[in-house]
Amino acid sequence: MHEFSIALNIVKLTEENAKKANANKILAIDIEVGKFSGVVNDALRFAMESATKETMLEHAQINLIDKEAWAICEECHHKFSIENFADVCPECHSVRYTITQGKELRVKSIEIE
Amino acid sequence: MCDTCGCGNSDTEYTLLRPGMADEHLSAHAHDHSHDHPHSHSHDSSEHTHHHDHDHSRTLNIEQDALQQNNLVAERNRGFLEAKEILAVNLVSSPGSGKTTLLEKTLVDLSSSLGFFVIEGDQQTANDAARIQKTGVPVIQVNTGSGCHLDAEMVYRSVKELKITDHAVLMIENVGNLVCPALFDLGEKFRVVIISVTEGDDKALKYPYMFQSSHLCIINKTDLLPYVDFDVEKFKEYALRINHHLEFIELSAKSGDGLNDWYSWIKKQTK
Ligand SMILES: Nc1nc2c(ncn2[C@@H]2O[C@H](COP(=O)(O)OP(=O)(O)OP(=O)(O)O)[C@@H](O)[C@H]2O)c(=O)[nH]1
Ligand SMILES: [Mg+2]
Ligand SMILES: [Zn+2]
Ligand SMILES: [Zn+2]
Ligand SMILES: [Zn+2]
Ligand SMILES: [Zn+2]
Ligand SMILES: [Zn+2]
Repeated sequence: MHEFSIALNIVKLTEENAKKANANKILAIDIEVGKFSGVVNDALRFAMESATKETMLEHAQINLIDKEAWAICEECHHKFSIENFADVCPECHSVRYTITQGKELRVKSIEIE
Repeated sequence: MCDTCGCGNSDTEYTLLRPGMADEHLSAHAHDHSHDHPHSHSHDSSEHTHHHDHDHSRTLNIEQDALQQNNLVAERNRGFLEAKEILAVNLVSSPGSGKTTLLEKTLVDLSSSLGFFVIEGDQQTANDAARIQKTGVPVIQVNTGSGCHLDAEMVYRSVKELKITDHAVLMIENVGNLVCPALFDLGEKFRVVIISVTEGDDKALKYPYMFQSSHLCIINKTDLLPYVDFDVEKFKEYALRINHHLEFIELSAKSGDGLNDWYSWIKKQTK
């Protein structure tokens, strides 16, 4: 459900950028989807399909790039890749860690003409 | 479907209602999408193949958060609220965990010493705002329609409509939903997640985003603990695995047990 609001945000953001660059059309878009972004790839793809209708992004190729998640332990400073919010530090088994990468949902670039 | 222009931006439509003003919409049609439709090449639908070669295309680096628009408005709200020394709290939970009941109690017990304002978020009806209205506290209802969360723009417009005063406490009851409201910053100072003991003690593991992004967790309906299989310690252990900074308050909005801990928390934040 929230994927649709997000898709509308992406359309607005990319259209603004494309217009500033005097483009007529957006041919492709690269979106980085962090493992912990809270967004499901298929749902986002589906939402983008309807949100892009009658916009500069209509028919654009949607590239979703998966980004893995990393954390740093606050106890032992170990850096580790994390699969699940409930994971513990593989070195010291602490739950006190900070997620450093993987929450992002970023529009990387667009291809315009 | 947007009925002003016929575009498909249904998610951007919402209405603000003041209880007592019946169904009179304060903003019949809250538009935040622009109405110029830049159709670069409008072919008729029968020939949808693109023959032109794309040699003249170029790549534009964007590097922006997909929710940047919401985040910018949220930051603007936060700056405004901070400057006026207003404590803004975003109350989130599953439907029916007791957000409105807790607010009603809080307003009755504290509104003589603190100035409260309330924003009520629901998909439909002004029922919750009507309940708040009875306590005498200024309230605005946001009906999100097909949208399942409040966003920063809705809060911005509601705050303007409420004519909120300095040093107030702004309570924002989000739409009952443990998924999407987690992703939409409203510009609040604190996010408070409410869970009731009828919900199962593994809730935090099932909905990690909400627990990850909250500051305080209220465990409500403790009066029902003797009748349900809810292990408070186990719940806390799971929730701390998701967010080791999370604080907890156990209470019953119905019996009043533990309400003082919640009131102390509010008073501490307004100091
Ligand atoms: N036993 C018990 N019932 C409660 C308590 N708090 C709320 N309730 C009941 O739970 C039901 C839902 O309460 P609400 O306050 O409307 O819940 P809400 O979170 O505002 O619900 P939505 O706005 O629909 O998401 C009502 O029937 C309340 O009377 C409590 O502490 N104990
Ligand atoms: Mg409610
Ligand atoms: Zn460690
Ligand atoms: Zn920490
Ligand atoms: Zn419209
Ligand atoms: Zn339109
Ligand atoms: Zn939503």
